[in-house]
Amino acid sequence: MTYRRYTVTLVVLTLLLVLLALACLVFGSVDIPVDRIIDILSGKGSGNKAWDIIILQSRLPMIATAALAGAALSISGLLLQTTFNNPLAGPSILGVSSGAGLGVAIVILALGGSLGGLFGESVGSYMAILLGALMGAGAVLLVLIAFSTIVRSNTMLLIIGILVSYLTSSVVQLLNSVATEEGVHNYVSWGFGNFSGVSVAQMPVYAGIIILALIGSALMVKPLNALLLGARYARNLGVNVSMTRNILLIITGVLTAVVTAFCGPIGFIGLVVPHIARMSLGTSNHSRLVPATILAGADIALLCAVASVSSPHGIIPINAITPIIGVPIILYIILNRRRIQYFN
Amino acid sequence: MNDNAILTTHNLAVGYRNGKQQVTLLSGLNLHLNKGKLVALLGQNGAGKSTLLRAITCDERPIGGTIEVDGKNLLEMPQKERSRLLGLVSTERIQAGALTVEELVGLGRQPHTGFLGRLDDEDHRIVRQAMADAGIAAKAGDYIASLSDGERQKAMIARALAQETPLIVLDEPTAFLDVASRIETMRLLQTLAHDRGKAVLLSSHDISQSLMLADELWLITTDRQVLTGTTTDLVAAGAMDHLFTNRSIHFNPQILDYSF
Repeated sequence: MTYRRYTVTLVVLTLLLVLLALACLVFGSVDIPVDRIIDILSGKGSGNKAWDIIILQSRLPMIATAALAGAALSISGLLLQTTFNNPLAGPSILGVSSGAGLGVAIVILALGGSLGGLFGESVGSYMAILLGALMGAGAVLLVLIAFSTIVRSNTMLLIIGILVSYLTSSVVQLLNSVATEEGVHNYVSWGFGNFSGVSVAQMPVYAGIIILALIGSALMVKPLNALLLGARYARNLGVNVSMTRNILLIITGVLTAVVTAFCGPIGFIGLVVPHIARMSLGTSNHSRLVPATILAGADIALLCAVASVSSPHGIIPINAITPIIGVPIILYIILNRRRIQYFN
Repeated sequence: MNDNAILTTHNLAVGYRNGKQQVTLLSGLNLHLNKGKLVALLGQNGAGKSTLLRAITCDERPIGGTIEVDGKNLLEMPQKERSRLLGLVSTERIQAGALTVEELVGLGRQPHTGFLGRLDDEDHRIVRQAMADAGIAAKAGDYIASLSDGERQKAMIARALAQETPLIVLDEPTAFLDVASRIETMRLLQTLAHDRGKAVLLSSHDISQSLMLADELWLITTDRQVLTGTTTDLVAAGAMDHLFTNRSIHFNPQILDYSF
């Protein structure tokens, strides 16, 4: 019975993925007829150079970027929720995204205008940003690990995450005051969040790292399930708890850092999607939860991407859309926590 | 030494760290737990019941001595091997409400399954048997969240059974249960020891039920000795009078419980 629910859920999520990807191809600031889009995709070309470029170098990379970012953030959220035994954990609320953001800020502002746009096509510049994000996310995760051994309360850990976010944003403000105008502008526009920041040339690095980390998370389903019983039971089942936690947090850090570096600090997706997956599957079993979370994350991010190009007055920032989707879901979960099985 | 000993400790010393200071609660423990026996560990709060159990389950390193299960040194072996010798049931809250009973019991197979934890036909058979033995088979497809406290504890015991370990250690398994579930749980553990040949060690606050249903007692006395023996012997020797510091209560052998 549960297996059938799993199959149905995966089929629905996959169909949604296809539909939303098609919507992303068709909708945009420039209207391109559907038959021309088919011509471009089939390699014939539309006869309109600009249209070819928009589809092949803008919309297609954006679809891949959004889908992978959504999957990555959602898996980060799932791993954080299980590791910290906290249903309200997520990469943005725990400050992991802001940590990555601080790393990015240091790099962008330090290199200032010399970057030439947010992501210069030079491999060195976006690698530097990526590295900055990794170090920032890693530093916050270390802080969280340290505090989680001292502070046992889940709520307190969330508050510490929020405090870390405040601290990083204040450091960023301080950096802004000494940075060049162009550097600040670059950083601010990065902060809005967008899925158009990965060029075709950067795609292999972006996609490669995310896919590897997602495969890594899928290989951790056995210890993840043991961790549902808490550290003591997990140990008794033969799980090396501290090593497992470290691996899970490294995967989380890498996923969050890569997405944050390329797309900006995107909120809510990582927090909300694992809940959508649990509620649609009716299980906390990670062997089913991980695939569903990946697909649902990709769906939600594509939905945000479609919404961001739906205005005739220009692109809406992703971070203006995610709370509209995320907040009602979180409120629903908080208000109904007594009825939702996995809270009991 | 005897051939039936599943759990043996040699000169075991347990305690805790308080900053830089090491506080020894119990020392010089040479304990034996035999196959097919249900042993209850009793003592007043703070006597060291949990500390001793946490040392035996390797959640806390003992201050000294060794612990052997099936003749193998528990402290020196890899975690994976240990997980096939010792099953644990504790009172910690779990976030497994959205797992079914069968899935939860299936987690007990983890020490025996491969990298991804997939269960084969034999694993499924063992899981079903464990649920039947623990009397929770009728709820196999139900969510853990929908169970009563007593049923939840049965599911956790079934999970430990599915782990197929010769020794099962239970830290206060009846703590949050009502009286009917307490007796039912103790009966279940007694059956598992007597009929399935498990060595079962549990800590409890429930003196009278432990005295009625356990084969042997480990009593932590107020002067930090651990007295071991059958219930009858220990009661006859007046050992029960050394369990609590409070002088206004005394043990009444007629009712196997304390009175004012």
